[in-house]
Amino acid sequence: MAHYQPSGLPESNPTKAEGLLADLHLDLPLLTGLLLLCGFGLVILYSASGQDMAVMERQAIRLAVAFVVMIAVAQVPPTTLRRWAPWLFAAGILMLVAVLVAGQVGKGAQRWLNLGLFRFQPSELVKLAVPMMIAWFLAEKSLPPRWNRLLIAGIMILVPVLLIAKQPDLGTSLLVASAGIFVLFLAGLSWRFIGGMLITAIPVALALWEWGMRDYQRNRVLTFLNPERDPLGTGYHIIQSKIAIGSGGLYGKGWLNGTQSYLDFLPEGTTDFIFAVLAEEFGFTGILMLLAIYLFIILRGLYIASQAQDTFSRLLGGAVTLVFFVYLFVNTGMVSGILPVVGVPLPLVSYGGTSLVTIMAGFGILMSIHTHRKLLPT
Amino acid sequence: MYQSTLKDYLRESRLFRARALSAVVLVVAPLLLLVFHLAQLQIIDHDHFTTLSRDNRVKVQPLPPTRGLIYDRNGIILAQNLPTHSLEITPERVRDLEQTIEQLKQLIPISDNDLKRFNRLKSHQRRFDSIPIRVQLSEAEVARFAVNRHLFPGVEIEAKLLRDYPLKDVTAHILGYVGRINKKELQTIDASAYSGTAHIGKNGIEKYYEETLHGEVGLQQVEVNALGRVIRVLQSTPPSPGMDLHLTVDATLQRVAMEAFGEDNGAAVAIDPRNGDILALVSKPGFDPNLFVEGISTQDYNALQTSEDKPLFNRAIRGQYPPGSTVKPFIGLGGLEVGLFNPQQKKFCPGFYQLPNHSHKYRDWKKGGHGAVDMADAIIQSCDVYFYDLAQQLGIDQISAYLAPFGFGSRTGIDITGELGGLLPTREWKRESRNQPWYPGETLITGIGQGYFLITPLQLASATATLASRGNRIRPRIVSSIQQGSDGPPHNQPITPLSPVEKQSQGNWDSIIEAMLEVTEGLRGTARRIRNDHYRIAGKTGTAQVFTVKQEEEYDEEKIDKKMRDHALFIAFAPALEPRIAVAVIVENGGHGGSVAAPIAKAIMDHYLLKAKS
Repeated sequence: MAHYQPSGLPESNPTKAEGLLADLHLDLPLLTGLLLLCGFGLVILYSASGQDMAVMERQAIRLAVAFVVMIAVAQVPPTTLRRWAPWLFAAGILMLVAVLVAGQVGKGAQRWLNLGLFRFQPSELVKLAVPMMIAWFLAEKSLPPRWNRLLIAGIMILVPVLLIAKQPDLGTSLLVASAGIFVLFLAGLSWRFIGGMLITAIPVALALWEWGMRDYQRNRVLTFLNPERDPLGTGYHIIQSKIAIGSGGLYGKGWLNGTQSYLDFLPEGTTDFIFAVLAEEFGFTGILMLLAIYLFIILRGLYIASQAQDTFSRLLGGAVTLVFFVYLFVNTGMVSGILPVVGVPLPLVSYGGTSLVTIMAGFGILMSIHTHRKLLPT
Repeated sequence: MYQSTLKDYLRESRLFRARALSAVVLVVAPLLLLVFHLAQLQIIDHDHFTTLSRDNRVKVQPLPPTRGLIYDRNGIILAQNLPTHSLEITPERVRDLEQTIEQLKQLIPISDNDLKRFNRLKSHQRRFDSIPIRVQLSEAEVARFAVNRHLFPGVEIEAKLLRDYPLKDVTAHILGYVGRINKKELQTIDASAYSGTAHIGKNGIEKYYEETLHGEVGLQQVEVNALGRVIRVLQSTPPSPGMDLHLTVDATLQRVAMEAFGEDNGAAVAIDPRNGDILALVSKPGFDPNLFVEGISTQDYNALQTSEDKPLFNRAIRGQYPPGSTVKPFIGLGGLEVGLFNPQQKKFCPGFYQLPNHSHKYRDWKKGGHGAVDMADAIIQSCDVYFYDLAQQLGIDQISAYLAPFGFGSRTGIDITGELGGLLPTREWKRESRNQPWYPGETLITGIGQGYFLITPLQLASATATLASRGNRIRPRIVSSIQQGSDGPPHNQPITPLSPVEKQSQGNWDSIIEAMLEVTEGLRGTARRIRNDHYRIAGKTGTAQVFTVKQEEEYDEEKIDKKMRDHALFIAFAPALEPRIAVAVIVENGGHGGSVAAPIAKAIMDHYLLKAKS
């Protein structure tokens, strides 16, 4: 193996703050984007919760914990992450099996593992473990991967996805699947193969509809296709959410003035449907601002991935970023009525802690990738 | 090795950059789609969703008007609105109705009757209407529920104004009552005018003057949350309360009349002949109209419905009785006016009358007969034979033609719902309704107010008033003025003159009225017991047969069941020469008019002429 010595790099004169950020292995643009997003999120949550200070306090604590996790992960060099990948993956699978056998039931699904002191949701760990594992596996050989390796990778994705879908947790299994598939995509999965998969997806989807779905899942799909089918049941959320968004107009009804959320017409206003609160109170302009922040974070993530020096980091960084986008799109698509109702939060804005930590850990990985680079000639 | 690693590295790096670029497209394209979709919702369809959002939160609520009050002629309140608390359940909002009621029972006594009423109302009303399960809660019960209110979603204490009739049975047949609007009524009323109003006039004045009493509904726009709770009032138009009614009835006189009946049932109507004002309108027995306001229990209703005394039956305007001998002054007057008779002409009464070539004996009430009687004697002693002969000579056509202008056989047009018209028989009527010819014998019994002839007490009183005022006719009225609150300008109800009875000679009228005076003042007068020194009464007794005594059979009062006894009637007006009150009294199964009905009329006239404020 060859190592390139750093030579002829211009010595920058870092300021004190930049020095601190470098010491903490943090990326300033990404950090700025995340802080902006979380700040915006708190402003909306204040209104969505009905100006409940207790909710604000809990969310602030969760955000703080998540940022600490991010910083902690950022200290771990990508090489270490790569070493951990198979072990994390194996642990994740084992815990998913344990959840199905001895998990706790909440909201009609088995998702939690009681570890005595606290309850743990293994599917969150798997969200990161799967892309790490696939990236580790594909980075072993040169890219693009051969058919046989693709097949093995496919199985590696499918096993945890099915285990999570069985809990049942449609949203998370979708996110885990997309994480794995993004790694394959970034690894250079041939376009012909992608096209082929899309074509075969149609009969598979039909088969899934017929035999693989539970009634409530079928209902969700049907309701998605026509929310007015059940205006008092499953369709109610979407109808009320669309009313909130549409009545917001160009400039919104004003902060703390959203009638849909304040009069409780909007269900789950602080969690899955917080985007509708934003749209009602800040209007189209508010939405564009929020989406701009998201887009900036995503582009920065992709940039970091493309600047990474090894295949594992590139694949992992890219996949983590794209999963973040999936969160965003599935949630906003659901709330605005162009995607089915799948319980996915608006990342870093929705009230609640479980996915927050995972998402921030993902950004920790990105920061680690960017700040642990060895300097190479270009 | 070295080279190939580098080559691999560069190739993979290039590959990844291409893929990252694709990823950017993969991100931006759906985001653009999302933005377009949101622009569609927020800009193009903005107005549509604004409307939906407004419909969500803004609800229009009716503000029911307060029902108008009803006063008697002296300002005594007859119908009022009392604040009460009732415990109401909205079935739609209660998950387990049975269980909720069981739990409520632990807290507040709920009788089986309450439950029955609740179930009956429930089946008649919309699921989102609240239905009372207990009415007229005590303060303690209200407090007890208030503490436990959170345990009973869908159950509320409703504070509202409830119609109350303080005189109860005394005015029941005049006022009628209000009750909960039923499904049938919902189809006939203007639903928006009654939104928020649960009650409607069912009977009597409450029904006749429903529109006046009800008032106009107000509206308020309120902001509600998703559970339907009102957050604030956005805009409101206050309701305008119903108008108050001032009656011509004297409540005290009404009570005096009621009490004068003692144990007996019947009806009495007193009219001021000068203006048609109804001074008293009694149907006995009465009933407590307050039972009906919040829905009467089946048990109470059945008791009222099946009682032999028929308390719900308004005898004064719906009871149809043969007038008996009270019709004699009218037919006598007819005989004089037509010119067939003169007052002094005498006839011999042997105690019976026979049509030429008929064996049937039409009997007089007095077995031995009255001997030779003139018109005055015939009225004073109520001689039947004299009137058989008179009727025979007049014939049915002239009788009915002469009686019709007094109002016999048609409704008086009083402003109370439900009046019936009685029956004045004619040749045409009999052919049409029975397809039979008129028989001569029927003319005879019509002459003494029997047979097909039927009157209502109100009709008889009105005809008596016409007699008292020498032929002037005025439509009886019971509401004298309508007023908005106590400050509003009173709208006096019109006095409606009807076409008067044609008069041939004042002398004919004088001699009839003279004879009626003798009924109460003469030594042989059938109502001589009510003679008094304070004012002079012109009257006529009557007895209406409930069943027919067979030929050669004796009518023995002692032996027959009370229910089969004759009805006692009496008509009178006073002071006879300047009448201020005309009265008709019918005592069901009372026996003789002179001994039973006349004292009741006297009690009414005494009170009105001697004690009441004029």
